Amino acid sequence: MKRYVMSIDLRRCVGCQTCTAACKGANATPPGIQWRRVLDIETGEFPDVQRTFLPMACMHCANPPCEKVCPTRATTKRADGLVAIDYELCIGCANCVMACPYDARSIVHEAHYAYGDTPMASEAARFDPDRIGVSMKCSFCVDRIDLAERTGQIPGVDPEVTPACVNSCISGAMEFGDIEDPESSVSRLLAQTQHYRMHEELGTEPGVYYIWDQS
Amino acid sequence: MKKPLLRASSLASPKQQHNWDWRAASNFIAGGAGGGLLLWASVVNASADATRMAILLGLILIGSGLTCVWFEIGRPWRALNVYRHFATSWMTREAVVALGVFAAGGLALLTGAFALSFLAGILGLTFLYSQARILAANKGIPAWRHPRSISLMIATGLAEGAGFLVCVLSLSSAAVGFPVLAGLIALIVVRALFWKSYLGALVADGAPDATLKVLSGIAPRLLVVGHILPALAVVAAMAGMPGGAVLSFAAGILVVAGGWFLKFTLVRRAAFTQGLALLHLPVRGQGTAGAATKPGWKTVPGVKAG
Repeated sequence: MKRYVMSIDLRRCVGCQTCTAACKGANATPPGIQWRRVLDIETGEFPDVQRTFLPMACMHCANPPCEKVCPTRATTKRADGLVAIDYELCIGCANCVMACPYDARSIVHEAHYAYGDTPMASEAARFDPDRIGVSMKCSFCVDRIDLAERTGQIPGVDPEVTPACVNSCISGAMEFGDIEDPESSVSRLLAQTQHYRMHEELGTEPGVYYIWDQS
Repeated sequence: MKKPLLRASSLASPKQQHNWDWRAASNFIAGGAGGGLLLWASVVNASADATRMAILLGLILIGSGLTCVWFEIGRPWRALNVYRHFATSWMTREAVVALGVFAAGGLALLTGAFALSFLAGILGLTFLYSQARILAANKGIPAWRHPRSISLMIATGLAEGAGFLVCVLSLSSAAVGFPVLAGLIALIVVRALFWKSYLGALVADGAPDATLKVLSGIAPRLLVVGHILPALAVVAAMAGMPGGAVLSFAAGILVVAGGWFLKFTLVRRAAFTQGLALLHLPVRGQGTAGAATKPGWKTVPGVKAG
């Protein structure tokens, strides 16, 4: 049984937002919608302050609260651990948006473009009407994961089948792979470092691990 | 007007939810009261006309709440997917129970049969319970997911239902009976106790500062308008003061208004998201990890507020 997860090394992230841009490019999300965000958090009091960059997206939880509240089975957890949305089934009730403790989901009720009502050529070409009025979120670039099933390539190793954010990271802060495979890069990295998952106390069993120190 | 810049750091703090507006809130506000009203209409021994009026009002309340939420969803013409692609969520259960409520309630209106009224009442209570569980299932909103929100939502739905029933009875030819008024007082007390219990547990267990500020802010008004004033009006009516019907009606309206004020506040104004937490700050170079942070929350065990 596979379970694809992502590790993010907070020590390496420099807050460049390249992953944010790569996600927008790969998934053509509308203006104002970011499936991937990098938060800039300042803590402490002068002069003892610290700045931390925190990449956030859907955590692809093993126990996803969004799936439990979906009234139409539009949100489902796949066998490989990805939490997927069927845009054809979703009624846009936003219950899953309320259920997600990671603020990872959003709904766009009307088409918006970067420069008003008229889309640029690139926006028009990639506009997906199926995404209007329904819930959407990071998919771990599910089309690439599905491609791996057909080609035999390995997500996290072969760039063609690895999420765009991971491919784009300039500091190598992100790893992606099957945590059930002890030889995967993500499994080996997690074995060597100290890490945590966000809001674990809520029982969601998120699939994104934040590395903060060596073992 | 130029929009203020959204600082990246502010995204980490709990934010007021904007996906469920007044239309979604109306479903909880009207639907919960309607479910409570159906229950009390089925068990209180009132005249046939008053019972019919109460059942009709209960169905209108539930129907108007569902209509409001239908206008809110992103793909309203797909609403039947709830029945076509059956899931086990509480929203699905609410939708299924609603069908039963309208079938049993409609037949009860037509036939006046006690068994159908009773069935509508039980289904009304189930509808109310489903709504309470819908809110509690939303882990992204700390004010909703607290287990005591379930008992609070049920308690206020039952109190509002009783308030509406007292209004219906006071408008009908029959006087509002002593047991009904005593029952209303009991429900007012129960709701007040559950509200106090919920707020106390929320403070103790932790919630976003903004949520606690909003809920604590309405507590005095809720106590006076939703509990003390209607209780005094009921006591006056029970004591046989002149204008008993007016006093009863006023008490019923105040109980309903208090409950609706509470639910609107809970669903809209106090509904702040979880926000983010950094259990460990990264260790860079030779430095040490900074203190954990959870912006927008008061200090909780193991985590320092940001």
